[in-house]
Amino acid sequence: MGMSLEAKYEEFWRQAIKQLNDVVKATGLPIAPDEKGQYSLWYDVRELRLRFSISVERIKRFFEGLREGKIYATRCRRCGRYYFPPQADCPYCRVSDMDWVEISGEGELLTYTVINTKPLTFSHYPDYVVAIARMREGFNVLAWLRVDDPRKARVGMKVKLQVVKREPEGYLTYEFVPIE
Amino acid sequence: MRGVAIVGVGHAKFGRRTDATLGELAWEAVKEALDDARLDQKDIQYFVVGNAGGWSAEPLPAVVIGEYCGLTPKGAMRVEAACASGSAALYNAYLAVASGMADIAMAIGVEKMYESPTPTVVEFIGRAGNYFWEFENFGLTFPGYYALYMTAYMNRFGATEEDFCKVAVKNHYYGSMNPKAQFYGLRITVDQCLKSRYVAWPIKLYDSSPITDGAAAVILASEELARKITDTPVWIRSIGVATGTANLSKRPDFIGLDAAYQAAEQAFRRVGIEHRDTWKYFDVADVHDCFTIAEVMAYEDLGFTERGTGIQLIREGQTYKGGLIPVNLDGGLKAKGHPIGATGVSMAVEMTKQLRQSVEPRDRQADVYVGWALSHNVGGTGHYAYITLYSLDKDGSPKVKPKR
Ligand SMILES: [Zn+2]
Repeated sequence: MGMSLEAKYEEFWRQAIKQLNDVVKATGLPIAPDEKGQYSLWYDVRELRLRFSISVERIKRFFEGLREGKIYATRCRRCGRYYFPPQADCPYCRVSDMDWVEISGEGELLTYTVINTKPLTFSHYPDYVVAIARMREGFNVLAWLRVDDPRKARVGMKVKLQVVKREPEGYLTYEFVPIE
Repeated sequence: MRGVAIVGVGHAKFGRRTDATLGELAWEAVKEALDDARLDQKDIQYFVVGNAGGWSAEPLPAVVIGEYCGLTPKGAMRVEAACASGSAALYNAYLAVASGMADIAMAIGVEKMYESPTPTVVEFIGRAGNYFWEFENFGLTFPGYYALYMTAYMNRFGATEEDFCKVAVKNHYYGSMNPKAQFYGLRITVDQCLKSRYVAWPIKLYDSSPITDGAAAVILASEELARKITDTPVWIRSIGVATGTANLSKRPDFIGLDAAYQAAEQAFRRVGIEHRDTWKYFDVADVHDCFTIAEVMAYEDLGFTERGTGIQLIREGQTYKGGLIPVNLDGGLKAKGHPIGATGVSMAVEMTKQLRQSVEPRDRQADVYVGWALSHNVGGTGHYAYITLYSLDKDGSPKVKPKR
């Protein structure tokens, strides 16, 4: 797996900032040629770090469920609609009267892909299969499909949704596993 | 609502434009559009900027561009509809003129993607959908989202990776002739495409549009002014607008983009044509080929051909000049480049030039029989869709093209 996510990310910026400082020291300005060595660029001396904090207050039950090894959807008590991802409100009935229902987890693959070129924040994982499956209840779920070889994935294959610990971060999430 | 025409167009060179700032790049397009319409900044009463941003430094692109291009103090806003931000800008400027709130307005699309390193750009685009439920845990990428469609389409209709590569070959063929295109002068073969590396199986590098800097601008005028400004006004006859769910998992199938279908339905209804065999009403079209699968789905969502048969059009070469309907004679997003917020406006520029029959070289000028053109601009993975119909006629429904 090589260098950890954080280490890789930090290293990327450490190198960039070091180069920037060297250039400023040598020339008095953060100006250097672009990647192709063609045009002059001002390399930003200000950094903006982004990590968001997102409310899960109204769907806490979902995350408590993961701790119990269960995956929940919400279901509107008035119209019976399932919501996955779980929603706290049914916009069609204009009510917030929702049941938390454990989902069967059984489904059939509608489609999938293998992410070969990964986002930087996913670069520490081996190539992963992202799939969408239709659950027995009728709604779809998007998640990783756990297969040792991506070529084993097939549209129409039967899968089961499972709570797993995502390593190396060690947090709980869910994943499809094939049913033989 | 009154008639609205495009009376001036401008287009910057697309590519890795590290030689220009956001303002400078926008100015290349704005200046060309003002020159084309022989208008001054003081004539522009309102302007709208399509820009997705995030990867570029300026958080308020509309005012930065307004100041640089001398458009201040005219009213403006920046609009976002992901990869359809340019069409959203066009739509907003169109509404301003159609409603009578402005007599002359400008839509500007601009994007500076090379202000951030590629990994940051990949990260940003991957988040375009539903960030929390589809990116945070599952790390989708932009090609990844479309790959979900390509897998399903191939499985359902027996299309092959080779079929899709033919879209890339066609668009590079035309892009190679377009001096404003990122890949000007660069043709590719099916074999090269097939051998390129996978970025999100089954999508390969050569199925994908590149990271691009670029700008484009169009000037719109009311029917009272349009004919005074130009002898060849190109009328915006209809715009259909729709959205798709943020979460891809909320969609019933993955063989077409419902937002594009819905937007097309609206656009066609407004000019009184049915949503089938629509190829026969248009001399030329630009469609949103961010990935090769997207162009094939566009043929079907637009009703050029029935669901599942779009791949046949590409196999038969029916979307080259001289075919049933020529598509992306400017190189498309694939070869012209895809500067997110500029793409929709760039399509409007190209459709205007096609209808004016002023495209050079002539090998990429469509034959104009009925004087109608169409642009199809999708934001995200069918998250937003804008279908715009252009005509040389201010009134009346599209006529059927003569048989060749
Ligand atoms: Zn309900």
